[in-house]
Amino acid sequence: MSSEKPLSFQGLILKLHDYWSRQGCVILQPHDVEVGAGTLHPATVLRALGPKPWRAAYVQPSRRPADGRYGENPNRLQHYYQYQVILKPNPDDLQDLYLGSLEAIGLDTRLHDIRFVEDDWENPTVGAWGLGWEVWCDGMEVTQYTYFQQVGGVDVWPVAGELTYGLERLAMYLQGVDHFTDLAFNDPDGPAPMTYGDVFLENERQQSTANFDGYDVATLKRQFEDMEIQVPRLLAMQGPQGQAIVLPAYDHVLKASHLFNLMDARGAIAVAERQSYIGRIRDLTKMCAEAWVANEGGNG
Amino acid sequence: MPQLLLELFSEEIPARMQAQAARDLERMARERLAEQGFLPEAMTAFAGPRRLTLVIEGLPEAQADRTEERKGPRVGSPEKAMEGFLRSTGLTLDQLVDQDGVWFARIERKGRPTPEIIAEMVEAIVRNFPWPKSMTWGRGTLRWVRPLKRIVCLFDGAVVPFAIDGIESGDVTEGHRFMGVAKPFRVKDFDSYRDGLAAHFVVLDPEERKARIIDAARTLCFARNLELVEDEGLLAEVSGLAEWPTPVLGDMDPAFLDLPPEVIRTSMRTHQKYFAVRDPATGGLAPHFITVANIQAADGGAAIAAGNAKVLSARLSDARFFWDEDRKLKLEDRLEKLKGVTFHAKLGTLSERVGRITDLARRLAPLVGADPEAAAQAARLAKADLVTGMVGEFPELQGLMGGYYATAEGLPASVAAAIRDHYKPQGPGDDLPAGPEGAALALADKFDSLTGFFGIDEKPTGSRDPYALRRSALGVIRIVLEGQIRLPLREIAGDDLLAFFADRLKVLLRDQGKRHDLVDAVFALGDDDLVRIVARVEALNGFLTTEDGANLLAGYKRATNILRAEEKKGAMPSGPAVAMAGAPTAELALVQALSSAEPAVAGALLQEDFVAAMQALSGLRGPVDAFFEDVLVNAEDPAERDNRLRLLIQVRDAMGRVADFSLVTG
Repeated sequence: MSSEKPLSFQGLILKLHDYWSRQGCVILQPHDVEVGAGTLHPATVLRALGPKPWRAAYVQPSRRPADGRYGENPNRLQHYYQYQVILKPNPDDLQDLYLGSLEAIGLDTRLHDIRFVEDDWENPTVGAWGLGWEVWCDGMEVTQYTYFQQVGGVDVWPVAGELTYGLERLAMYLQGVDHFTDLAFNDPDGPAPMTYGDVFLENERQQSTANFDGYDVATLKRQFEDMEIQVPRLLAMQGPQGQAIVLPAYDHVLKASHLFNLMDARGAIAVAERQSYIGRIRDLTKMCAEAWVANEGGNG
Repeated sequence: MPQLLLELFSEEIPARMQAQAARDLERMARERLAEQGFLPEAMTAFAGPRRLTLVIEGLPEAQADRTEERKGPRVGSPEKAMEGFLRSTGLTLDQLVDQDGVWFARIERKGRPTPEIIAEMVEAIVRNFPWPKSMTWGRGTLRWVRPLKRIVCLFDGAVVPFAIDGIESGDVTEGHRFMGVAKPFRVKDFDSYRDGLAAHFVVLDPEERKARIIDAARTLCFARNLELVEDEGLLAEVSGLAEWPTPVLGDMDPAFLDLPPEVIRTSMRTHQKYFAVRDPATGGLAPHFITVANIQAADGGAAIAAGNAKVLSARLSDARFFWDEDRKLKLEDRLEKLKGVTFHAKLGTLSERVGRITDLARRLAPLVGADPEAAAQAARLAKADLVTGMVGEFPELQGLMGGYYATAEGLPASVAAAIRDHYKPQGPGDDLPAGPEGAALALADKFDSLTGFFGIDEKPTGSRDPYALRRSALGVIRIVLEGQIRLPLREIAGDDLLAFFADRLKVLLRDQGKRHDLVDAVFALGDDDLVRIVARVEALNGFLTTEDGANLLAGYKRATNILRAEEKKGAMPSGPAVAMAGAPTAELALVQALSSAEPAVAGALLQEDFVAAMQALSGLRGPVDAFFEDVLVNAEDPAERDNRLRLLIQVRDAMGRVADFSLVTG
């Protein structure tokens, strides 16, 4: 790290916002439906498709119910933040832009070992894949870097470049702390210093309890089916300009997906059922992806 | 003669694909140049994290002129045929040659300048490169493993001009991403290219990168009185991840050393790509690691070492969490969970598989000298570690962790060892399971997958063997042979699998330098006892290298040829030959020799003393030779003829009890 004071958690977000804003990105706010990863925000999954250029950056709270550890594990949380950047088409110098963002948050690339290690990203629940790397800083994965090739089973062209920073891990690295609860959330020398633990530890405890032991499985299952029904129903409708009603339909795919994750955390998904649930979500996503592309006036 | 330098510069190429990419680049260039009549003096290809490079020495400046001869219609063919031929060759009638009534055209092809051919070659290579996975980027349509950024293409010092999907060839490349000035620079030939890269902190040659890593890592260890745990696979991988590989020694919290060493090494290797380090005094792991960085940092790598140590600590904390949690639950108590895990859609759950393996292990135990109950207990628990946290995280530790957990809960050592070893041997270099219970369980595990997958017709075909059945069969063979285990293979495996085992055994023996025709000759007897089969093959191998053996084989072939010819004519005589009054000496001698060889062979076979059986046969060699020398089989007297045929039948049958000599070649 440089000799300057490391960034606080929110300072890190502000720096990334500033940096990507200067690269022409729309700085969005988080999507208001629970998602398992920043990629699932419609600003990435849907906007990656179709011919129109698009640049956006945003923070997305991500929920992975099964990953909860009641706040006890130093770096596993069931609710955490991803910083997501999408640039479509990917600029030629995307790697350099990305490395610029590391410099901007205080990582000196002459002092730290930055490497691009093969990691081909795929997300079977949304029928998406791409080629790229995990970016390592001194042996720690700090970013997932992907050139999207398909989303919802539809080819992505022009190709979108996607960056996902794991914010807690990155901040822990920058601040040199070993447990997420010790992260300085705001300025530790400011008038009202707060740690990440002050802000979120209680949430981890309560949510972990609910995730593992709380929810009624039969209700979750029914809710999943309720969400599932809405998708084709909405997609069959037409908006005022004759477009398919994709965005609301996709929100229901996300809700179904989250309900699946909750059932999974409750240990309620048998191995044999698992593939079938994933297949159902993928099919719903595919329907949305195709409707989106049709709305956008075709692909590529 | 001029040199070609080609560099395809891209974003980071996956380490595992680099070596093959270099081979493919060289092969594709060689094939395309050969098509154009070029035979370069030398070609070398290099692959690294961001570039594929090819240097070709000794290309001519232009292709040689070539004459192509084409056969046309016969002289006097219809006008139309002639017109077509002239049009296709671009010649006129007076330029054709009449050769024995057929028109021939000699077309002179002017050799093209080499750069023109190179430009086409590079485009063809780039557009058809066999990457295992490729992608498009931006608004382009070109496919490459990751975005392709630059092409250097110099022939005899000059740029070969072309463009592929908007990427123009040139003479500019880039050095290290972070070190030096990091500005593109110009090159003029291979020497200036390689030196320029070195000056810009890029080691071009992967072998040189490996040597650099090993040298520096050993030096770091030496200075701290430590020993590097060498690892070829890891070395190959990390040498593909850094253009300026720089080993850095980091520290690990010694408190983690109470974890099983395999867990530490696996965590280091698979997650972090670190080399482990040994304490030469104890031979155990030392609380350090070596990471291979891509930069030589200004602080001597202090920040890199500290950062990596922190990451390793987090990884090992996770491993410790699994280690502690997993030991809270007995293996026995995990069995219920195996009911929910599908082994294969058509072969049921893991729990069902465990049931089959348990029965089989109990059945096999007496054959390998194991305690049936211990073998069955080990079998019941063998797959329980698949639902532990540690094996979920590190699948390659399956078996091993089960062994550790079994020991931790106080199960008998033989049970723990059998669980630990039951996937063994994993390859030709791997150890066999220790102890008879281990052998029983390892055999049961392998037989269950072999019979299971053969039963649902999932047999290996060609290069496809998704369930590693060949490896399983070879494992069975090694356990059986090295342990001298006598198994009724046909009864356990069935005829279909028996043939598969025969094939595997043939491969194994061939690799040991044995003749595969001998394996065929022995298998043809229908035996299913691998130990006996191999003993027979070895005795046969020894026998056939003796003069007696080689001559007797010749005699056998002669005898069977005669018999085959006679069998076509009609019914053959039966019963043993007799010493006929007035018969030639050689005939009487063979009758005599057979009467002593036959019981000797039978006796030796009963004892499974195949060397002795062969020796008994070798007593036939002299009499058989003399018989063919002096006696005419096809005698005029039918009684004499029949007696002699009976003798030959007896020779064939006596030998046939030892092996099917008709399958022995040469």
